[in-house]
Amino acid sequence: MTAVGPGVMPAHPRSWRLIAAARPATVIAGLVLVAAVLVAVLAPWLSQQNPYDLAQLDVIDAHLPPGSAMATGTARYWLGTDPQGRDMLSAIFYGLRTSLLVASVSTTVALLFGMVTGLLAAFARSWVDAAIMRLVDLQLSFPAILIALILLGLLGQGVDKVILALIAVQWAYFARTVRASALVERGKDYVQAAAGLGLAPLRIALGHLLPNCLPPLLVIVPVQAAHAITLEATLSFLGVGVPVTEPSLGMLIAGGYDYLLSGEYWISLFPGIALVLVIGAINIVGDGLQDWFHSTGER
Amino acid sequence: MVTVLLRRVGQSVAVLLVMAILAFLAIYAIGNPVDVLVSPEADQMERQAAMARLGLDQPLAIQFLSFVGRLAHGDLGTSFVHGAPALGLVLERLPATLELAVTAMITALLIGLPLGLWAGLSPGGIVGRAIAAFSILGFCLPTFWVGLVLIMTFSVHFGWLPAGGRGITVPVAGISLGILSLDGLAHLLLPAANLALFKTSLIIRLASAGTRNVARQDYIRFARAKGLSSGRIIGVHILKNIMIPIVTVLGMELGSVIAFSVVTESIFAWPGMGKLLIDSIVHLDRPVVVAYLLVIVLVFMVINLLVDLLYAALDPRIGANR
Repeated sequence: MTAVGPGVMPAHPRSWRLIAAARPATVIAGLVLVAAVLVAVLAPWLSQQNPYDLAQLDVIDAHLPPGSAMATGTARYWLGTDPQGRDMLSAIFYGLRTSLLVASVSTTVALLFGMVTGLLAAFARSWVDAAIMRLVDLQLSFPAILIALILLGLLGQGVDKVILALIAVQWAYFARTVRASALVERGKDYVQAAAGLGLAPLRIALGHLLPNCLPPLLVIVPVQAAHAITLEATLSFLGVGVPVTEPSLGMLIAGGYDYLLSGEYWISLFPGIALVLVIGAINIVGDGLQDWFHSTGER
Repeated sequence: MVTVLLRRVGQSVAVLLVMAILAFLAIYAIGNPVDVLVSPEADQMERQAAMARLGLDQPLAIQFLSFVGRLAHGDLGTSFVHGAPALGLVLERLPATLELAVTAMITALLIGLPLGLWAGLSPGGIVGRAIAAFSILGFCLPTFWVGLVLIMTFSVHFGWLPAGGRGITVPVAGISLGILSLDGLAHLLLPAANLALFKTSLIIRLASAGTRNVARQDYIRFARAKGLSSGRIIGVHILKNIMIPIVTVLGMELGSVIAFSVVTESIFAWPGMGKLLIDSIVHLDRPVVVAYLLVIVLVFMVINLLVDLLYAALDPRIGANR
């Protein structure tokens, strides 16, 4: 996961004060987020079975409601099982892994790409700026899901294609934000001073301009990360996202959709709750982060 | 006004041209369509014949020109799966999608505006806070999961409403509408509510922020001092002033509702063009994907153009600045 919670901010002398000053809701959301990341990373050791190793599945255990006991052995299926006899809790742990991986990789790459193009646009001005910003405007005038769907329709499916589509959707937001703040910053005295000292433009851009453009960027990172998770889940639910061999939370929900009408609610419901918890937590932490940036800006 | 219109139309044509080039590249440059159209057992002679028939042996520029020529006649190729013209397939399903999107938009307005007004007038109260919490929830919850919960609750558990399909439709001027029959209305209710949720949250947020802003103004205080009833103050003086941003956003969001109906249509088996898009992506039916792309771009451009013109008409300052 990208470092978004106050709890996972880089070590900083003021970081403990930041946590102390945060609202309880932000702290709880931060803890939920840290727990989700830990579960995703440690899924193979936390789960009672590998839900995608067919040898570990037992068809006798299929379609069991939550809390049922295992046919062989002493363990229980706390969240029930799916039609293959897969433990839903383990499946959710593994699904979280795929969901968070896809979202964090795409958000990170999109952030870097958007940062480079945004800085380039602000620095080069002229036709480079015009070309980049036209593309950004064109892209932002269409809903993200539409662009992602069309790209997947043309590129085909797979985890790499989904990540590519998410990057293509997200970079424009970052590019626009970086360009806007870089245009403001480059007019300031310290940039002029750096240029007067004879520093190379690249060094000014990366060493002086970029750090000062980061705060507004960091505020939209959580928003975009949550957006990426939702989008990936939606695409996978629609059957055009990740493949069956690497199911994400959206895919698990889609798998339970067929059994919903026969009353087996748990196959879809619990992965959905996990998804909503993660998205909600990221949004709340993002709000807290935004408040913090606003308050430090005013001080 | 005429200059604004002409410039906007010019920009729209440019965007459409870019999309046409992208669509062309999508069909012809990514993979050879012959591989999809001719059976793998075909020998070299048959492949050559098929390529000549499709004009694929011509230079790329000539191919593009003939592609644009066919595009101008509305010919976007034939669907691999349905064996029918791709554009016709998409247009056939447009009314169902529009019906769903427009109903969702109106629902969002009818629910969101009063709630937003209430939340804006008493932001500290319990109801105000509950409305604000609801709008945050509406932003966070993934649309498709809300759709599932709606089906789980109202179709499976209570059995009140159908879980999918469009029900009985009534033809009006060659277009079949479901909203005119009771059965069609019952089928429309859940998908429309699902699609409306996000926009309802958006309208609540806009309306409550606008109301809080307007309620502080001097002319509202003056209206109160004049002894006007609060019904008249809210209904006339506040509502009128918060409506301009809401109308604009609504216009712009109509396009995104049409795009988002892809998700809702898939969940509720609504026979619109969004469901067609998903089916076509799954079956690698590229001509239909491209036809959908061009139709949706056209719809977006028409909506944006209308919103801009409406805005310029509502607020003279905007037209003058351009």
